[in-house]
Amino acid sequence: MLGYITLLLVCQLAGEVIARLFGLPVPGPVLGMVILFVGLVVRGRTPVGLEQVAGSLLRHLSLLFIPAGVGVIVHLHLIASAMAPIAGALTIGTLVTIGVTGWVMQILNRKHAAAAAAPDTEATP
Amino acid sequence: MKGGLQQLWVYLSTTPLLWLTITLLAYQAGDWLFRRTGANPLCNPVLLSVITIVGLLLVSGTDYHTYFSGAQFVHFLLGPATVALAIPLYRQIDAIKKSLLAIIVALLTGSLTAAASAVGIAWALGGSGPLLLSLAPKSVTSPIAMGIAEQIGGLPSLTAAMVVLTGIFGATFGPWLLDRLRVSDQMARGIAMGVAAHGIGTARMIHLNPVAGAFAGLAMGLNGLATAILLPALVGLFR
Repeated sequence: MLGYITLLLVCQLAGEVIARLFGLPVPGPVLGMVILFVGLVVRGRTPVGLEQVAGSLLRHLSLLFIPAGVGVIVHLHLIASAMAPIAGALTIGTLVTIGVTGWVMQILNRKHAAAAAAPDTEATP
Repeated sequence: MKGGLQQLWVYLSTTPLLWLTITLLAYQAGDWLFRRTGANPLCNPVLLSVITIVGLLLVSGTDYHTYFSGAQFVHFLLGPATVALAIPLYRQIDAIKKSLLAIIVALLTGSLTAAASAVGIAWALGGSGPLLLSLAPKSVTSPIAMGIAEQIGGLPSLTAAMVVLTGIFGATFGPWLLDRLRVSDQMARGIAMGVAAHGIGTARMIHLNPVAGAFAGLAMGLNGLATAILLPALVGLFR
């Protein structure tokens, strides 16, 4: 348990060090995620203990957003004075993103499925 | 008695214990209400907790700095939690390998659409400067979004609020929009929601369909990674 918590922190620390050392435009924890992902691919499986530690962290992922979310209190004036651009970006921007992404993925998947299905139908008698 | 209470408040308000405990209590109360209402996205535990705590801070005249000295212990865990996102990502490795190209194209399209639409619409409606940079990573899961905001010159705390609101809005109206657009492929629905509405959208999709839920989680992680690489580079290009 403690070992796997340490592993997560070591990955984060390594990510932080690499990001700063090479001036990379990626947050340290994200690089840490990549490092751990590569590690899992190399190892070929996720240790049970690591599953448990990650599971308990991610189960309450939304709790971890709260301290930062409360930071909105510092920007109440800014938000009130920029209501229109914020509301527009959050509503229209989010709907456009959902629509475009879902639509593109569905079309690509259909093409992929059609291409995969074609030799299959020929092979079956 | 009144003097005693005042003394007690003076003592409590200077220790990290009070606001750390209130953060945990507010979240659990919000989570309880969320489950009681059948996971109604408008009863999002984060939204409810943030509103409650902001209200308490305003009423008690406590500044954010004092609040954060307690809440920082929760905030710190965002880093290791981001690293831990590698585990659900790895769980989907077979599905990723199978549709890798389609996922990459849809993801990049979605990632760029999210940032471009947020910045474009906000700019068209009169937004400028740090506000635009704070809105750009609004669809990315918040630990990553805050890192990106910090990197490109936005306000991480403002970004965090934008991320939470984006997630709640996307989770509420996304499935309805996807029905309207006749996007019935569960993989596509999941990826769309994960890209645009991160963890809160993912939670909603898990509730609606397990396949969509799994791919929403995958898209959330990959979009965080893609945006973290693309956005600072793009902003650098425009500077």
